[in-house]
This record gives sequence, structure tokens and C-alpha cells, in this order.
Amino acid sequence: MPGLGTSFGRGAATNYQQDFQNADCIWIQGSGLMEAHPVGSRWAMKARERGAKLIHVDPHFSRTSAVSDMHVPIRAGSDIAFLGGLIRHIIETKSYFEEYVVNYTNAPHLVREDFQDTEDLEGLFSGFDPEKGTYDRTTWLFEGMEPPGKTSSAEVQSTQAFTDRTQAGETLQQVPNDPTLQHPRCVFQVLRRHYSRYTPEMVSKVCGIPEDQFLKVAETLIANSGRERTTMLAYAVGWTQHTAGVQMIRAGSIVQLLLGNIGRPGGGIMAMRGHASIQGSSDIPTLYDLLPGYLPMPRATEDDQTLADYVEAGGKKSGWWSHFDEYIISLLKAWFGEAATPENDYGFGHLPKLTGNHSHYVTTLRALDGGLDGMFVMGQNPAVGSQHAGLQRRALAQMKWLVVRDLADLETASFWKDSPEIRSGEMKPEDIQTEVFLMPAAGHVEKEGHFTNTQRLLQWRDKALDPPGDARSELHFVYHIGKRIKAHYADSTRERDWPIRHLTWGYREHGVHDEPSAEDVLREINGYDLTTGKLLNGFGEMRNDGTTSCGCWIYSGCFADNVNQPRRRDPGDLNAPGGSVSPEWGWAWPANRRVLYNRASADPSGKPWSERKKLVWWDEEKEQWAGYDVPDFPPGKRPDYKPHPEAEGMEAIPGSAPFMMMPDGRGALFSPSGPLDAPIPTHYEPLESPVPNELYPKLGANPLGITWMRPENPLVAEGDDHYPLVASTFRLTEHHTAGPMSRNLPWLAELQPEMFAEIDPVLARERGIKDGEWMVIETPRAEIEARAKVTNRVQPLRMGERIIHQVCLPWHWGTFKTNPQGVTGDTVNDLIAISGDPNTTIHESKAFRCNVRAGRRAGETTVRLADVDTDQDPNDDQPDFASKTPHSVLGDEEQA
Amino acid sequence: MEIAVQRPEAQRMGFFTDTTVCIGCKACEVACKQWNDLPADDLRASLSYDATRELSASTWRHVRFVETLRIPEPEPTLNFVEAALGAQLDRWVFMSDVCKHCTHAGCLDACPTGALIRTEFETVIVQSDVCNGCGYCVPSCPFGVIDRDPYDGRAAKCTLCYDRLEDGLEPACAKACPTDSIQFGPYEELVERAKGRVATLHERGLEGAYLYGAGDEPQDQLAGGLGAFFLLTEPPERYGLPAHADSPIQQNGPIANATGVAAAFVAAGLAFGAFAAAFRKAR
Repeated sequence: MPGLGTSFGRGAATNYQQDFQNADCIWIQGSGLMEAHPVGSRWAMKARERGAKLIHVDPHFSRTSAVSDMHVPIRAGSDIAFLGGLIRHIIETKSYFEEYVVNYTNAPHLVREDFQDTEDLEGLFSGFDPEKGTYDRTTWLFEGMEPPGKTSSAEVQSTQAFTDRTQAGETLQQVPNDPTLQHPRCVFQVLRRHYSRYTPEMVSKVCGIPEDQFLKVAETLIANSGRERTTMLAYAVGWTQHTAGVQMIRAGSIVQLLLGNIGRPGGGIMAMRGHASIQGSSDIPTLYDLLPGYLPMPRATEDDQTLADYVEAGGKKSGWWSHFDEYIISLLKAWFGEAATPENDYGFGHLPKLTGNHSHYVTTLRALDGGLDGMFVMGQNPAVGSQHAGLQRRALAQMKWLVVRDLADLETASFWKDSPEIRSGEMKPEDIQTEVFLMPAAGHVEKEGHFTNTQRLLQWRDKALDPPGDARSELHFVYHIGKRIKAHYADSTRERDWPIRHLTWGYREHGVHDEPSAEDVLREINGYDLTTGKLLNGFGEMRNDGTTSCGCWIYSGCFADNVNQPRRRDPGDLNAPGGSVSPEWGWAWPANRRVLYNRASADPSGKPWSERKKLVWWDEEKEQWAGYDVPDFPPGKRPDYKPHPEAEGMEAIPGSAPFMMMPDGRGALFSPSGPLDAPIPTHYEPLESPVPNELYPKLGANPLGITWMRPENPLVAEGDDHYPLVASTFRLTEHHTAGPMSRNLPWLAELQPEMFAEIDPVLARERGIKDGEWMVIETPRAEIEARAKVTNRVQPLRMGERIIHQVCLPWHWGTFKTNPQGVTGDTVNDLIAISGDPNTTIHESKAFRCNVRAGRRAGETTVRLADVDTDQDPNDDQPDFASKTPHSVLGDEEQA
Repeated sequence: MEIAVQRPEAQRMGFFTDTTVCIGCKACEVACKQWNDLPADDLRASLSYDATRELSASTWRHVRFVETLRIPEPEPTLNFVEAALGAQLDRWVFMSDVCKHCTHAGCLDACPTGALIRTEFETVIVQSDVCNGCGYCVPSCPFGVIDRDPYDGRAAKCTLCYDRLEDGLEPACAKACPTDSIQFGPYEELVERAKGRVATLHERGLEGAYLYGAGDEPQDQLAGGLGAFFLLTEPPERYGLPAHADSPIQQNGPIANATGVAAAFVAAGLAFGAFAAAFRKAR
């Protein structure tokens, strides 16, 4: 989540779901909180019971809107215009929390003289290279900062979490600044000019939100922020899944910083994750460009060949990342054990090196072009859940082998015998060479382990019963494959087999099926002091001399005292002051902190901003930080501590700077070297938008947005008025993601039996579509059919003279059915093109163009792509990038 | 009130369903079907988001979705498009409906076999091994709750999880409810809590909040008081609930005066209405 990482320092939700109840206002945008997270909603509803206001900004009126005080219908994909409008309003009405902004954000910092804003360059910032389609970000730096050297691995590293590493070597406290916020080049004034045209009239024109409604939202947020009150923002994939998704999250972060809501109880930003352990899958990543704990994957360039170079590029002289070397060396010790020595760089040279973008879509296209032999698919269903699902299925047919581990023969495993392309005759089972191995998987109650949820909370679950038949846990599968591979290479003398031979793999086994101990794995993740053999109590004990091991530094402490901390289940006294923190319930990274940056809950002198919003404070008597939560700050650092100008590491962070992961300890209103596409968020239209960009007519969509210009991935051409409608996807409470688990459970299937589309009565009348009858939704990629729900829950939007209609689509249906009472339906992702945010390569599924008509589809869903010429060179593994270089990808969950 | 099962320490237990905190997730419906091992119904085209539509022999909890529109003041110049642009979904209210476990239970009063009994928790349950499937209970329920299983013909409805209560567990629906919209407990405690809740909502400006089936004067009580009662914010009819209800048999006692005669006629009319409703449903 680079939007949060570049703003505050860590790419994770700042607060915890129980903390909803402490909010005075809950602002939900880009999320169907009540429908997608009904259990977490418990605390949002408690907040409402205590008098909190709930605001839901969303294209369609959902169950979330129903329990909110205000529903604000917005045109899908126009969120930055709305957020920019809020920023402008907060600044112009002087409603920001001044003491917080001056002391805790980079508002006073001066930007370089040669920086030019989108207001000067018609939507572009200075440094744009039209040939490459990327930015040289030098002019975005603060005054006095030098451009990062050639060794900054972060140039192409993930901005997935934490801050980007291009500020290596900078000690930012020396940046010239103006605490009065008056200097024309200070961030605050830059921000003010940047958003000067985002007026309520403009918001209304771009988003379709009436001015009075917009102002009501702004006033409600302002009234519920400050010393005495806090507002919490919740977003989800409704923001991430856009070609400017990172910028949406950045814009939300700016609003929350200006209002002084970060690091405080009932405040912050909740990034609501879409799966049980999706936070965990970026912490210990399934991502191609990260190592555990958000350490960047080393690259196949000269700069990253030795440990010393890698550490120099990745570490920072100031702030928390000065500990970088301890983390990578301890990780290598966890992986290679005694074979990892200072002499051999702890085996660093044997790590695979990144050669380019190997994200999901890039890999899919390579497979489509015949460039991929095989693939393991675990806990994922790309034939339904990934964008452009028809292209996904065609790509699966081009491989030699495919291993699918799942509960049943779902769409990704059965594409070769039952899919729209098979039914249309475009693909024939006898022609498909892909050999599919379907491995039965254990369900979540049939295996032990932990989940890491939305709020960074690790919760252990015990096994309730054995899996049936041949079904096994993922851990069992991966462990035993690893064991066999190790046996196979045990006698190899080849250098390249070194990491396999020396990989530590000694987990205890138990039971008739030799199940490896999940607790042993967690112990390895927690880490050991190798001199004593004892488990580490936290990352503070880690060293850079090879005498500690740790599988993921941010998880260090989860097995402190040889106690499985995530297994704890004591909520504590919930009615005591600060009782909702429940520090003994599970374990949260980092160091069991439940509210990140909670130093900001106290004023610069260390006193809580108010008694009502007390969380962490400086205890002068004991000379340390104290509070209801574990302080997210060095425990003994005095609030009045001022660093020496030459100070390095954490010594360089002042006692009044709460964002200690940032080199200057401050929250980023302006991000000089974070996201690749903008230092301050700017409104760009979605890749497929039926309207011009009102603010920057020459630009339209994000100039850095990733597109694949291939015949199989057609986009609506500019000026093509055949697709005048805006479509967006959403989730229903009754179904789970791509649906195989819920569509085949009769009790859930009966509740939402059919794929449907929600449309407004005006559009329905125009197209002769009747409620409950069939309708077809069409894009250049496919057409699908759905039952029409003609409802006032979707409203036509008035945007100036124009009226825009939206089509809202739940995306849970596919063809797979194991149960006669299961349900099937057309797959929404057949409709959507693959595309990407420049920072994350996350597609744009939350806003795209379509058309609708009454009746049923003419043929199979993706038949219109059957005849396109797909001849590509399989060796060209990054084909036709439209000169955009994608940089990283989010986990599999975030796919739809 | 005749209690069929005696247990000295038992007391009346009930449900208080607070519609103002329901998020419409239907976890109660699913938890009920899972605990009671009820089949999914044949798939039906849904009414908006409501695919189960009503309580039945195999659906003992049902979340009703009530939509109300706010239409702008009628103006002669307003065309369809303008009207639609101004029309906003005013409220979308969710209500988890269930058997009311009436004090005067029409189904129990009408049952000729003794299959329907009142338990030690003063709840009403069907003993399926006694039920002969005559169906008299169906039109006797003023709420249209009890229904006959289409496959074996016997009557079925919510038991307030009698089996769980006997083991000191709360009913499955209340256990599953993430927002405590469904609350379970000793009846008298629940009524007091519910009254306090109504007062709180009134203070907060939600003046339309009221209790349906509890807290009324004795002569106004619905079916003598409902063991499962509701906090509502719209007129009962919006939720498909009758404004007045009692067991038909309660009206067959001796008539004391003219007012009583009039009341009996009204009650008969209502009972016929309920019968007609049930008949429509049975079709």
C-alpha cells in the first residue's frame, strides 16, 4: 500500500477495527464497509450508537449507505477531485489543525525552486519525459536535497509499503522551512495553489455531487476533528483498483494529516483488506519484488550484487531504516543457517535477482504468448477473479502444466473442459496441452496457523478437525515439496544449487501425514538469538553480525518468551480507559502496537491533545513514554530532544516527530520521492472515461497509468460513443470474492442466487430494461448477461449539463458448480481490460466504460476476442508496454 | 399459560430485535439454517436484495429489506428524468423477522394433537414427532409465521433454539449477529432494556422509534405480548406485520358487553385477514 507507506512510513492500516467505536465521525469512501466487513462493522455501529456521524461516499447506495447518516453518490473514479475539494476547503477556511500540521507534517518544508506544478503545466509536474512516459523526480525534492545516486535501488523497487528508499543518505531535518507556512515555496502554499481550482463548483461538475452535499461532508469532517474529536477514514479496493489508485489514498492521507487525525484514537486510516490474511501476504510477501518485512528484492544490476551495496541502497542514514542491515542479515541467517557467514556475504549472492516486472498481469501475458512453462495457483482463482478473465483463461491454455491447490475443481482448474471459450468452440479440450494437477486443499478449520488481518493483527487458530481424504494444508504441501527438492539436490556440487542445499528446513513433524509444525515456522519468523538459542523478544534485539536470525523483522516478538503470542485471547477490561486496545488479544506488528504513529496523540510537549483523546503520553517522572497502547516511538526519547546536525539513525529524529519511519519524522503532505506519478495527488480521469478531464483537458487519464496496447486487450477508443456508461464493481455480504466457496454453499447461494446489475430507472426506461428481467452489459472485451435490478439505489448524476448513468456490478459469479443447489453466472471480470497503477500494477476495475441493452447475450461472453491476432514474441516478456514501466504488484487478493 | 415442560429454575426467555442497528448481513438466516439443519429453499427470483422473501417451514429467520423513497414535491413541470434525478432512496431498513413466541399463541391454541407446546422458557415449539400435518396452526398464526414443510407436510418454525437453551447456550441467530441487532435474554430484562433503548433514540431525535409487541398496556398487547419483539421505526405494515394481532381463539370467550361485541367483530375480521394472508402464502 504505497499510498499509506509514502505518507506515513508504513503501508498498513494505522488503527484497529475496534477503534471505530472511539471515532466521532467515520468517513467511508472506496469501501462497502458494512457489506464486505460485517464483523468489523460491529464497532462502526457502536460508534454510531455513541453519536458518531457516518458518511458513505460511493457510486451506489448500499447497505453501508443505509446505516450511514449521509450517502453521497459519486461518479466512479472521480475521487481525487472530491478529495482535492476537501483539501482546498480545509485550507481556505483555515480549518486545519494548525499545531499538528506545523509540527507533525512536512507543511513547512521548502520545495526546490525549479519545481513546477500541474497548475503551471496543464496537468503534468516538472520532470516529465514524454518519450519514456515517466518522471525524473529531481525537481520534486526539497530545497537542498540532492538527487539520489545511481545506487538507489528504490528507483525500481516496490513502494508497496514503507517509504521509498530514494532518500538514502538524506537527513531531512536540515531542510529549509517556514513554520509560519507563509513562504510561497513551502509545502503548505504549494498545496494551496495546487488545489485552488478544486472548488465546490468543480467538485460538482467532475463528481456529480451537488455543492451543498459536498460542503456538508466537509463541514462534518471538520467539526469532528481537532483536539477534542477525531474522524476515522475507511477505504478498501474501491480506491486501490484505479490507474490513479495510489494517488487517491495519498489524497485521503493528506486530508487526515491536515485535520490532525493520524496517530490518534478513533482517527487514522483503515485500509480494509479483502481476505483473511491479505495483510500477511504482503508482510511475508507473495509479491515478486519484496522480501519479508518489506525489504526490497535485490535487482540483477551491478549495484545490488553484494550485500554492502544492497544495504547502502536500501538503508537510510536517519530514521528507523538505519537498522536495515540487521534485518537483511538476520533474514539470511534464518534462511541459510550456519552456511550464512560474513565471508560469503551470508549467502546474499545466492538470492534470486529481479530482472523486471514479474507481476501477475505481465506473467499472464507472457503465458499467453507461450513464454511460461507452468504455474502454481494456490488460494486464487484467476479464471474468475483476475481482470480480463477471458484472457486469463486463454493464457492458462498455453502452458505445459498447471498446479491448482483448492477445495474443489474450480474455474481455474476446469478451464480446459468448461469455460466460455470451450463452449464457443474457440478452444477444444483435445488441443489444450496444459496438464492440470488439482491438489485437494484443507479448509481453514482443517489446519493450524495464523492469519494477519486488516489491522496487522496476528491471530492464531488451532485445527478443529482433520482434512478429508488426500486434502492437506498449504504448509504440508510446500514443506514436503521443499523436502523432496532438497533431497534431489543433496549431492549437487553446482554453485547455483547452494541455496537449495543450505536452506534451513528443519521443522518438527507430527501426525500420520507428517504435518510440519506451524508453530516452528512462526518461531523461525520471530527469530532467535543464535548465541543463546533463545527466541528474540523483538527487533530491538537484532544485530548485524550474524548472531541473530529472523524470518521477518516486523513480526519479531510474536513468539517472545517462547509463547505463541497470536494465540492469546484475553480482551482485558473493555470498559477501562483505553480498554478497547486489548493488548493481550492476539499480537500486532510492529511490537504489538495497535495504533501506528501514536506519538501524535500527544502534543509536541508530550501531553495528550485532550483528555477525551488520550492514548500515549510522556511520563516525566519515569522519563519515558506511557499510555494505553505500546508507544510507537523510542521509549526514552524526551519530547524536547533536538538532534545534533550531524546525527544519524534514530538519533536524527527529534522528540517531537511522530513518524519515525520517515527520514524527517514527519507525515508527508508532499511526497518528494514516494509515488512515481505525483508528489501531490492530481485529478486524472479513469483510463476509460466518458467525460473529458475538466481540470486538465489536455490530459485525461493518469499519464503514467500502465496500459497494454494489444489486440486482445482493446480499450474504448477516444470519441467512441458506443460505451457512454460508467461501470463499477462491488461485493455482496453473501458471497466471497470469486465465489467458489459461497456459490456452492446452498445457504449462501439461495440468498444471492443470480448475477445482477443495478441500474437507475431513467436508464432502464431509455433502454427498455425491466426490473428482474435479463440485460446485457457490453465492453470491447466481452458481453455478459445479468438480471436487472432497476433501483433508486443508483442515481443518474448531474455533472454540469451532462447526465451520467452508472452500472453497478457485483463480481462473484462464474461457471463452477459442485452442488446441485449451487449457483452460476457470468463473470464480470470478462468485461474489464488489464491496466495498472504505475506504482502497484493494480488494475482499474472500479471505473470503466460500458453499454447495456435489454435481453440476453448473443453468444459466449468473450467470443468477440476469438479472432484477434495474438501473435507475440514469447521471449519479449514485457510486451507493448506503451512505454510505461510498471514497478510492483499487490497481492493476489486485490484482484477484483 | 400452560407450561408443558417443568423446570423450576427456568424463566421466560425471548428475543429483542433492534432494527436500528441491523446491517442486513443475513448472518442470522444462515446461522439458523446451519444450526437447525434446514435446507436451502428452491431458488427464487429475488425482490431486490431479498431472495428468501418470507418466513417458511425452512426459513425460520428472515431479514426483510424495507425501502422507502423520498420523492421531491410534485411539480407540474417535472418530467420523468428530473423526478428520478431528485428521487433519493430515503431509507433502506433491515428487519430480522422471526416467530414471535406469543403469550396468546394462535398456533398452539389451534393445534388439535398437542404437537405445539409451551416450553419451560415460555417459548412455543412444534414436536415434529407428534404433528400430524393437519395445518390448523397455519391460519391461526396472526403473523403468517408457521408453515407446513412441502415435503413431509408437518408444521415447522423457529424453536428459539430450544435445544441450545436447554444447554445454556444462546440461540444461533443471536450468537451470529455481528451488531447485536438480535439480543437474547430473560424476557423481563429484555423489555426493560428495549424501553431504555427507545427512550435513547427519542432523545436522539428518532421520534418514530417504538416497540412492537412489548411494553404496551395489557389491553393493547399484541397477542398478549410477544416473546420475540421488535424495535421499529416505520409503521408495522411496512415490515409486513399486522398492526393488531391476537390468537383467534382468544376472541371466543364470553362477551361481557357491547364494546366486547364490537371488539370481537373486529378481531374476527382480522383473523379472517390473517387466514386469507396465510392462504395466499400457502398457494
